[in-house]
Amino acid sequence: MLRQIGKRLATAIPSLIGVIIVTFLLTRVLPGDPAAYFAGPAATPQAIEDIRKSLGLDKSLPEQFVRYLQDLGKGDFGTSLTTGQPVASDIATRLPASAELTLLGLIISMLIAVPLGIAAAVRQGSIIDHVCRIVATAGVSLPVFFTGLLLVYVFYFILGWSPAPLGRLDIFYSAPPHVTGFYLIDSLIAGQFETFRAALSQLILPAATLAIFSLAPITRMTRASMLAVLSSDFVRTARASGLSPRSVIMTYAFRNAMLPVITTLGMVFSFLLGANVLVEKVFAWPGIGSYAIEALIASDFASVQGFVLTMAIMYVLLNLMIDMLYGVIDPRVRLEG
Amino acid sequence: MTATTLLDVRDLTVEFMTRRGIVKAVQHVNVTVGKGETVGIVGESGSGKSVTSYAVMRIIDRAGKIADGAITFSGIDVRDAPEKDMRDLRGREMSMIFQNPRAALNPIRKVGHQIEDVLLQHVQAQPSDAKEKAIEALKKVRIARPEERYHAYPFELSGGMCQRVVIALALACQPQLLIADEPTTGLDVTTQKAVMDLVVELTRERGMSTILITHDLGLAAAYCDRVVVMEKGKVVETAASSTIFKAPQHAYTRKLMRATPRLGVSLRDLLPEDAPPSHAPVPAPPEESLDKTPLLVVSNLVKEYPRQGATSTLANFFRKKDQLPVAEMFKAVDGISFEIRRGESVGLVGESGCGKSTTSMMVMRLLDPTSGMVTFDGEDIGAIPAKEFAKSPMRKRIQMVFQDPTDSLNPRFTAVRAIADPILRMSDIRGRDAVRARCEELARQVGLPIELLDRFPHQLSGGQKARVGIARAIALSPELVILDEPTAALDVSVQALVLNLLEDLKRSLGMSYLFVSHDLNVVRLLCDRVIVMRSGKIVEEGTAERVMDAPQSDYTKELLSAIPHPPL
Amino acid sequence: MNSRPDLDSAHIAATDAPAIAMAAAVPPATLSASAPPKQMSILAHARYVISENPVTGIAFGLFLLITICAIFGPWIAPYDPLASNTMSALQAPSAKHWFGTDQLGRDILSRVMVAARLDMAIAVFSVALVFALGGLSGTAAGFFGGWTDRVVGRIADTIMAFPLFVLAMGIVAALGNTVTNIVIATAIINYPLYARVARAEANVRRDAGFVQAARLSGNGEFRILLTQILPNIMPIMVVQMSLTMGYAILNAAGLSFIGLGVRPPTPEWGIMVAEGASFIVSGEWWIAFFPGAALMLAVFCFNLLGDGLRDIVDPQRRT
Repeated sequence: MLRQIGKRLATAIPSLIGVIIVTFLLTRVLPGDPAAYFAGPAATPQAIEDIRKSLGLDKSLPEQFVRYLQDLGKGDFGTSLTTGQPVASDIATRLPASAELTLLGLIISMLIAVPLGIAAAVRQGSIIDHVCRIVATAGVSLPVFFTGLLLVYVFYFILGWSPAPLGRLDIFYSAPPHVTGFYLIDSLIAGQFETFRAALSQLILPAATLAIFSLAPITRMTRASMLAVLSSDFVRTARASGLSPRSVIMTYAFRNAMLPVITTLGMVFSFLLGANVLVEKVFAWPGIGSYAIEALIASDFASVQGFVLTMAIMYVLLNLMIDMLYGVIDPRVRLEG
Repeated sequence: MTATTLLDVRDLTVEFMTRRGIVKAVQHVNVTVGKGETVGIVGESGSGKSVTSYAVMRIIDRAGKIADGAITFSGIDVRDAPEKDMRDLRGREMSMIFQNPRAALNPIRKVGHQIEDVLLQHVQAQPSDAKEKAIEALKKVRIARPEERYHAYPFELSGGMCQRVVIALALACQPQLLIADEPTTGLDVTTQKAVMDLVVELTRERGMSTILITHDLGLAAAYCDRVVVMEKGKVVETAASSTIFKAPQHAYTRKLMRATPRLGVSLRDLLPEDAPPSHAPVPAPPEESLDKTPLLVVSNLVKEYPRQGATSTLANFFRKKDQLPVAEMFKAVDGISFEIRRGESVGLVGESGCGKSTTSMMVMRLLDPTSGMVTFDGEDIGAIPAKEFAKSPMRKRIQMVFQDPTDSLNPRFTAVRAIADPILRMSDIRGRDAVRARCEELARQVGLPIELLDRFPHQLSGGQKARVGIARAIALSPELVILDEPTAALDVSVQALVLNLLEDLKRSLGMSYLFVSHDLNVVRLLCDRVIVMRSGKIVEEGTAERVMDAPQSDYTKELLSAIPHPPL
Repeated sequence: MNSRPDLDSAHIAATDAPAIAMAAAVPPATLSASAPPKQMSILAHARYVISENPVTGIAFGLFLLITICAIFGPWIAPYDPLASNTMSALQAPSAKHWFGTDQLGRDILSRVMVAARLDMAIAVFSVALVFALGGLSGTAAGFFGGWTDRVVGRIADTIMAFPLFVLAMGIVAALGNTVTNIVIATAIINYPLYARVARAEANVRRDAGFVQAARLSGNGEFRILLTQILPNIMPIMVVQMSLTMGYAILNAAGLSFIGLGVRPPTPEWGIMVAEGASFIVSGEWWIAFFPGAALMLAVFCFNLLGDGLRDIVDPQRRT
């Protein structure tokens, strides 16, 4: 088993190398002169030159790359031009906000999409089936930022149920003591139920936006996969053996049907990490998505680099976990690997 | 219905809703099965034999329904019974085994657990003794080391073993009726015999009734008490198996019986009685007509593959403790030599995995040998790499007819375009009209109606597609044609026509054949000499009569005895 | 020579062996011995497909509408999309301005119609680019294997290691805020999908019977790739292209929404939603709503089109 994990980790390494190289190349091509920006509008050409030297921007590209790798090895992602803080700490501070949002959105999405897909496949042609198909086709067509804005309009402006989309907490509340960085969990740990409610009410709309966004691919895949499995030979055998419908659907059909769905999760994560950026802009969420947008506008190359690299590393690790999960469920992969 | 009737199907009609409206798959069908009786339902594709059995178990596809008639099982009205009652019946009183056994098992669940599921569902075991009873069930179907196999997944077992597990599943609760839907199709002939013998033994032991559904009249007549023949959804004849071959009443049964390859008949005998006589030249006696120089010489041909993944895991899983670990390279073909003379028809016979297809691929030059020589008309064609052989002038002299007529035709090419391909690439005929004229001539030769030439493959029947493939193969008058199980995917009556066509073409065009097949009966009809292969080696070689009548190798004897013998 | 057409027509058997499995569930549709009707032309078949599935018809109608806006937008729009008129700013939808006006008094209907051109252009060019690069390289990788496969696989894996929208952000940021770069970024992030689909399809057919038969007929490997493999892959690629048109539009709109890509005052659906976003909280919903709805309809239309197109192009479905 350990050997399997080791082998899978090994396949992730080329991806990581590729990611590091591509990220480095991309951000060195960013327009604008970071040295001039850093020095300020009143700086002399000499001052700018000094700053450029200290940032190492006067060296050749390969030399810059080696220095970059060395810094990475130390956990140094550079310093942000806009905040003045090390990028690594900026990202560490803002990551939990994005993670909480994305995870909540994904959980809500799966809780709805998977049962919907199963029900649609089992009761083909019924109302549930039609609802599922409409959700799947329409959901894929909705721009995520549009959904967010619509939700804000309906639930904040018209109905007044939701608070203003101004970040993680209303100004009247202060953040709970930091344990994980997830306000929902931290506030419960500290016993601050008011804070919990406040944090949750701010979370609902953006999480719902992300949930709606990821509903469509998950439910579509679940439905298609269940349909395929339900018409397979081994389900026919299970039926012919007189097994109960619950046993046929859950033990025989569902477990096999979930395999392609798990693989699809990787693709869904890719979309979610991208959609995160858009949702954070709509809801003024202080996560790494909005951090990246600010950095891009300011040509803050260290921050942009840090952002892209972080997202990519997270994504590689997520895919690794999905691969391993797949291996746990499917013995063919385990034993043939 | 008498006191000893277990199943009574009366006037059954099953309809399906399709895009083209309602289709009656089965009409006014009557079948009875007595206690302890084995009944065979025989028919070609589209006859409705499977649909009938699905109706008995009430597991018809959503789009279908029982429109008319009555089904009574052990006194219970199956047609109107509530679904809950049917679920109790299924698996406990009547069960079914299917074609393609590995696909019939849940791929991610251990086979032992799958048997337990059935036992627990029908309260034939408690959670405490379920495992013990499951291992018992595996023992009964003669699986070696059942305690270990309990923990196996289907992909770790061979086809024959999977079928035994499926049988164990079906018989776990000791049902009264077993329905076997083409249980041996796709299995090797020796495995086929083992499975059929097992089924018959187990059912006789318990006084069970069996319905055997098959397209092979010979198989049904050999293993069943009574045979029901179906054509296009209707029953055309029901008779005891001893009389069905000796005195078939209905014209269709007679045609089916005649078309079944068996001992003591010639190729012409397979055709219906009213077939017009062949115009092909009568073959001269063998010794005079055959040229002395061999057309094809194969010497010490070897093909190796590196073992990887499941194969080595499997192989090492099954080796006994004192055996050495399996070698890294797998020899699909392990040093074989043979020749084919002009005008000769040689059969290459063996079970799956014996290396016959790999050998034919190498002779065809679609695959490069690891070592050894392939000489055609004196030239070493083995030296030309497969990737470049298409451009060689030798290409048009060796051609092939493929096993699967559907797979071997480009779905986007019309029939005439498919036949024209070799003509356009390798002959001197130019110009649309000339090419078309040649294609029409070929179509006439293979008995394909000219108006079908502009159709796409999905608009042609199996037999028609086979003819297109043959027309394409003979387009440039090759000297050697390799036939890779050309009739395996065809109905038996169509097979009779195609085999006769192949024989006539061989005589008219003076071709040699290398006929690759697992079906010894068919090989005997078409071939002058036979080569028997096993595990990459040749185990026997000789004239068709000698090998079939007086086999010397034990393996050949085993193959021959595995062929079901209908009572004659 | 022999000719026995009468023998075959008298003994036409039912359909071929795969039908054995089918017959258990649904009997083959052509059980009768008579010949099927003459083949329809592509146009007639198209009409048949649309009539059978009205949703495909709706999708085609929408597609036509969008294309007309894209081509003739500037001429049929009621107002000049760039003309600002602060006197009539922030007006709700009315008879005069069907979609209302934005904060600079510009007519939103006109802007939405004219924006179709830019969004469609981005979509068409990205899809064409990624089909050319991804489709062809993927097919070659699947068919030839070896080094081609390894190189294509590495490139696809490297791109796939990034969350795709994030990568697009990075590329456009690095190369500059232009429409061309949006097209390039969209093509790059869709490359792995195309390459994988093409590769899988080519791989399946690599040793299929008809490909072996083509080798026997004297066709070289390249000729087989062009005449046998590519035409069979086309239906799947066409469906994929239609879906990618949808992703491309969403991608471009998303980039514009966060300020990368198209710049104001150019009318583009994504930018218009961004401009209208700040007005949603104060109740002026129409500024963001109509361009967003246009986006949704366009993507919806391309998704449905994909299925309809596949039915038309694939001869297996032609009766």
